Order: sequence, then structure tokens, then C-alpha cells
Amino acid sequence: MKLTVAGNLKEFADGLTVAKLIELEQVETPEYITVSVNDEFIASDSFESHVLADGDAVEFLYFMGGGR
Amino acid sequence: MAFSNEQLERYSRHIILKEVGAKGQKKLQAAKVLIIGAGGLGAPAALYLAAAGVGTIGIADADAVDLSNLQRQVIHATPDIGKAKVCSAKQSMQAINPEVQVNTYQCFVTAANVMELVADYDFVLDGTDNFPAKFLINDACVLSAKPFSHAGIIRFQGQLMTYVPGQGPCYRCAFQNPPPADAVPTCRQAGVIGAMGGVIGSLQAMEAVKYIIGQGDLLCGSLLTFDALKMEFRKIKLPRRDTCAVCGSQPTILAAFDYKQAACDLKPAT
Ligand SMILES: [Zn+2]
Repeated sequence: MKLTVAGNLKEFADGLTVAKLIELEQVETPEYITVSVNDEFIASDSFESHVLADGDAVEFLYFMGGGR
Repeated sequence: MAFSNEQLERYSRHIILKEVGAKGQKKLQAAKVLIIGAGGLGAPAALYLAAAGVGTIGIADADAVDLSNLQRQVIHATPDIGKAKVCSAKQSMQAINPEVQVNTYQCFVTAANVMELVADYDFVLDGTDNFPAKFLINDACVLSAKPFSHAGIIRFQGQLMTYVPGQGPCYRCAFQNPPPADAVPTCRQAGVIGAMGGVIGSLQAMEAVKYIIGQGDLLCGSLLTFDALKMEFRKIKLPRRDTCAVCGSQPTILAAFDYKQAACDLKPAT
């Protein structure tokens, strides 16, 4: 299936969960990431159970704490 | 009141814009913007807002200028080392534009003073460098229905969003709770390219100006991210979270509070 991950179209095996995608994408600080699928937030306790579907658009939001 | 000849000349590049005009310039003159943090983000924002003729600018920061600040905090200069940042910032802002009223608050912004502080302003700009402060500013602005610009920078990356009361998500909708202290690197630990403050802080000033003159689309309901290594901007849609603790349908945060900066305990310190 095809997913758009952070704006890039990529091919993945069917049945991929959000948790597995986070692992495959080697996301930095995965424990503290916010994930949206098709512009809806996914609760972090659903990362393991949420199965992605062909055509989904996934975004990762990262904490950025700097400023001074 | 009409503009003086000097003002007409000073603001001529604004006034000539159809989106600003004399009317927009008057709005800027009447506007009050609070900048929390006179550092990497606050420095360029304060300079541009002063130059733009924003009538009243508040600037809050407890610190003194340090040599390690000067790589990015362009509002301060080498002779300012050791001076209060708010004083050094005020000097630079008034050197650019003596017409601007600069209110300085040399203090840490906490739950005890944040509500009073933001109450006097039309728009708030978060230029702080830590999550407890960013969440505090978010909560205070949501609770007082105050629009604000959130931003964060690290290494070669930056991001920002704008909260507009009743119109879009808040920072907590996206990020919910601060990460434990030291779980996510800070600029001090990880570094940041100086120009990143210039890029993102200037974008925050741009949002403040657009809000004040009522033109264009704000980053309300979206997070703009910037990756300087890829030289790529992305605008990510941010939905509202109905379960958001401060702006959701059943809010549990009803007053501003400080997070303790303890290593692993990040429960609200009430
Ligand atoms: Zn919210």
C-alpha cells in the first residue's frame, strides 16, 4: 500500500500499524511524538492498534523547545 | 490624528502597501504586543515590531546578556554583556524607533504573573526556550482568549503556529503535555543555527503584524515547519483536539499553573 509520510509518498506492506511505521521511519524521540493520520490526531495509546490504510497521509509532530 | 511628515517617511514602505495603508499603520501604532523571552526568537521579532511602529511592545525576560547569546540574539551587542536582556533589548528597539513605547519586565513569567501580564496586550509572542513556559503561555492565552504565536527552534529546524481564540487549535491540542525534562534536547544541549532564530522569530513578527492589520491567513490550524538543511518549509494541518485539557469541550485546566521542572514527575504542580 502507499502512504504519504511527512509529505513523501512511500510503499509499505499492508497491515502496518502507526507504532510499526514510527519504528520503520526511525523517528527521533518516538515516545514524545504526536501523530496525525488524515489530519486527525491519533491517541498515543492507539499507536499499537491503529492500522494504516492505503492512501493514508501520516504526519509526525516533534517537540521543539528552544527559542532563546 | 494624522501622521507627521517624519512618520510618513519612516513608514512609507508600509503605507504604500494596499494591505497596510495609513489605516493599517494606525492599527500598528495602536497595537500592544508582548514578547516573552528576549532571545533567539524574541530578538528579531522585537526589532522588526519596533521598526514596524507597533505602538507598545512589552518584553519579558529575567536573564542578563551572556557571551554565548550573541551568536543568535541580534538585539544584544558585545558591550551589553552582563546587562539585563530587557534593558539591552529596549535600547536597541528605541535606537531603531524612538516612537515605540517599550515596557520591560525583568522577571520569570510564572502562573503568578502571566495572566496579569498578557491582559494588557493584544497579541503575545512566545520566544521562550523551555516547555513549562511554552505550556504556561499557551494556557494563559487560551484562558484569557488572547491570540499568540508559538515557536520552537533547535539545530537546523524550527516550527511555529498561531493560536486565535475560538478559531483553531491551541499548542496543547497538538502537544498535550510537556515531555519530561531532558527527554527532548534543548538548544543548550543540541545547539541551534543562529539564523534559525532570525527566520522563525521574523515569521512570528509577521504573524503579529498580519493579525494586527487583519490581512492574510494566519497559521491558525496549521504548524509551519522549517528544515534548513533541506531548505524546506512544510505546512502541516493541525486539527483541534476535543479532549484538549485547556481548550477542549470539557477542560480540566481552569487556571494557569507552573510545571515543576523535576526530572520525571511532570504532574501539574498545583
Ligand atoms: Zn487546545
